[in-house]
Amino acid sequence: MSAAEPLLRVEDLRVEFHTEDGVVHAVDGITYQVQAGRTLGIVGESGSGKTVSSLTTLGLTRYQGAHVSGRILFQGSDLVQAPDEELRALRGNELAMIFQDPLSSLHPLYKVGKQIIEAILTHREVSKKEARERAIELLGLVGIPDPRARVDQYPHEFSGGMRQRAMIAMALANDPKLLIADEPTTALDVTVQAQILALMERLQSELGMAIVIITHDLGVVAEMADDIAVMYAGRIVETAPAAEMFASPEHPYTWGLLRSIPRLERDRDERLVPIPGTPPSLIRPPSGCHFHPRCLYALPDHSRIDPKLEATHGETDHFVACLLEPEVRRRLWAELSAGATPEEAKEHVGLEGTSVP
Amino acid sequence: MARYVIRRILWGMLMLVTVAALTFVLFRVIPTGNPAVLRAGRDPQPKLIHEIEHVLGLDKSLPTQFWDFLKGVFLHFEFGYSYYNQESVVDLIKERLPATISLTVGAVVLWIFLGMGIGILSALRRHSATDRASMGGALILVSAPEFWLGLLLLLLFSNDVGKFKILPGSGSYVGITSDPWKWFTSLLMPWFVLAAGSAAVFARLIRGNLLEVMDEDYIRTARAKGLPEKQVVRQGVRASVNPVVTLMGLEMGLLLGGAVIIETVFNIPGVGLLAYHSIANADFAVIEGTVLLAAMFIIIANIVVDIVYAYLDPRVRYS
Repeated sequence: MSAAEPLLRVEDLRVEFHTEDGVVHAVDGITYQVQAGRTLGIVGESGSGKTVSSLTTLGLTRYQGAHVSGRILFQGSDLVQAPDEELRALRGNELAMIFQDPLSSLHPLYKVGKQIIEAILTHREVSKKEARERAIELLGLVGIPDPRARVDQYPHEFSGGMRQRAMIAMALANDPKLLIADEPTTALDVTVQAQILALMERLQSELGMAIVIITHDLGVVAEMADDIAVMYAGRIVETAPAAEMFASPEHPYTWGLLRSIPRLERDRDERLVPIPGTPPSLIRPPSGCHFHPRCLYALPDHSRIDPKLEATHGETDHFVACLLEPEVRRRLWAELSAGATPEEAKEHVGLEGTSVP
Repeated sequence: MARYVIRRILWGMLMLVTVAALTFVLFRVIPTGNPAVLRAGRDPQPKLIHEIEHVLGLDKSLPTQFWDFLKGVFLHFEFGYSYYNQESVVDLIKERLPATISLTVGAVVLWIFLGMGIGILSALRRHSATDRASMGGALILVSAPEFWLGLLLLLLFSNDVGKFKILPGSGSYVGITSDPWKWFTSLLMPWFVLAAGSAAVFARLIRGNLLEVMDEDYIRTARAKGLPEKQVVRQGVRASVNPVVTLMGLEMGLLLGGAVIIETVFNIPGVGLLAYHSIANADFAVIEGTVLLAAMFIIIANIVVDIVYAYLDPRVRYS
């Protein structure tokens, strides 16, 4: 593995579920990479395939009967082709994951300590006593007070935030190189959210692991991520370094996400612009650009042509999958970020023949 | 916890008195036959009947009879004497208890092992031939009445009237101390018939619970930790048996009711058969003794189940 090779590289990953209603294309050919020690934020609505893609990285969708193709290269070896036992040896060891709901993600009938200890004993040749000491150390590391007493408590004796801390402790038990955090703060209240994010950042700088953080919350990625990938209907529609993504987003869906959150520096009477419609069916996704039925700037051709994820003009690390002309996109975003409504922006830019849904 | 148990025991006592009152009234109001008439021989003189009624205390008012009975039971653990053969009810029951314990304990063991084993296997091989066959079989066993299933097995396998003469038939029961092997073989069919219904209910419940639990987030967490699948399944099973434990207390009642039928069908000299004969003979004292014994057992079983449940699920705390 050369120094430039990323820790994780996902290539044209496709995940399908065969159901009674038809084939669900949960992940439809996505490509991204994560460098060692860096943080990638994957953003998108519910059902955009972000959770499925990361569960697949750990091989967990195998238990749900998923059909997986493409490549997931972790430290150079392909996890899609890896046998179950090889994946199992990686999980909880070099590859760790924490989940959205800490209330339901811990086994209610086992002590928190036992659940951490078994994670250690599965991958390390240590005595039970050493594993227990390590569990206590980990609970302390994630900021749980009085870890020596807490280690013998059950999950229901922990608060929501403490449970997520315990989940993080469990994930860190074997010093993972990559931590996948699936909506780690969604189930927590706002003050606790900030604490958990701060904890993850601190642990990353102390332990040097890479993080993939999956969220629908742009505020979370703004805080945590070095790079951002925006997912829509099973595809990545735009990917860029975080600062670049917030400064000059190129995809109309990304605009929609950015314009639909309130910002303190904007006028109070400026209206939020929601993205019209709902995410499409992943069984029969729309033809052409998957976003075209909800896109305010879609041209008639866009329902026929499939956009490719291509580098934007003048940038080497900013990719977008949009059929609009780069110049048109730039002018539209300039109008929108100046406070224009989508209709005004279109008029000023002179976008003709658009089909507003 | 201690306070909870004491409260449960006190409630249990009250329940026993209620059960005693109900049986007492039931068998005196329902015309099962006047025990004095049954004992007086053919064509009895009214005078003789009155005398017998006097001896048995049946000429006193119902409340007085009940009060005497309660005093005997709770103060002296004295259930009276059989109207039929004057033997002490306590002795009658004591004599027959080993057979009933053999039958029920064996059936409970079989019930738990069969129920859990088949339920877990079915869940892990969902939609397989094994799953379909065992769930279909379970449905038949839930639906089959015990007396029918018992007779069917006797017709198939008993060494007297059976088609395949491989097991001892009706009336072959011997005590475990006199011939353990014969004890075991003679009880195989009764155990199976008595356990069948409950085991089938258990298997279906455990299968359903386990399928649900295996989709839980904490099972995903267990896999994400890289635990071997065997350990993951063990955690799933651990979570799916809890709700079923509560059911065990309720099933105990059905089990004892079943024991009356099984002991009659297989002619096993246990408490169930005693109860059956005492009803046929209008032997009130014995009926009350056996019913109270059964009620006491069910109440204790339910208290034990609740305590076990608190032990199994740390979230349950009684106060």
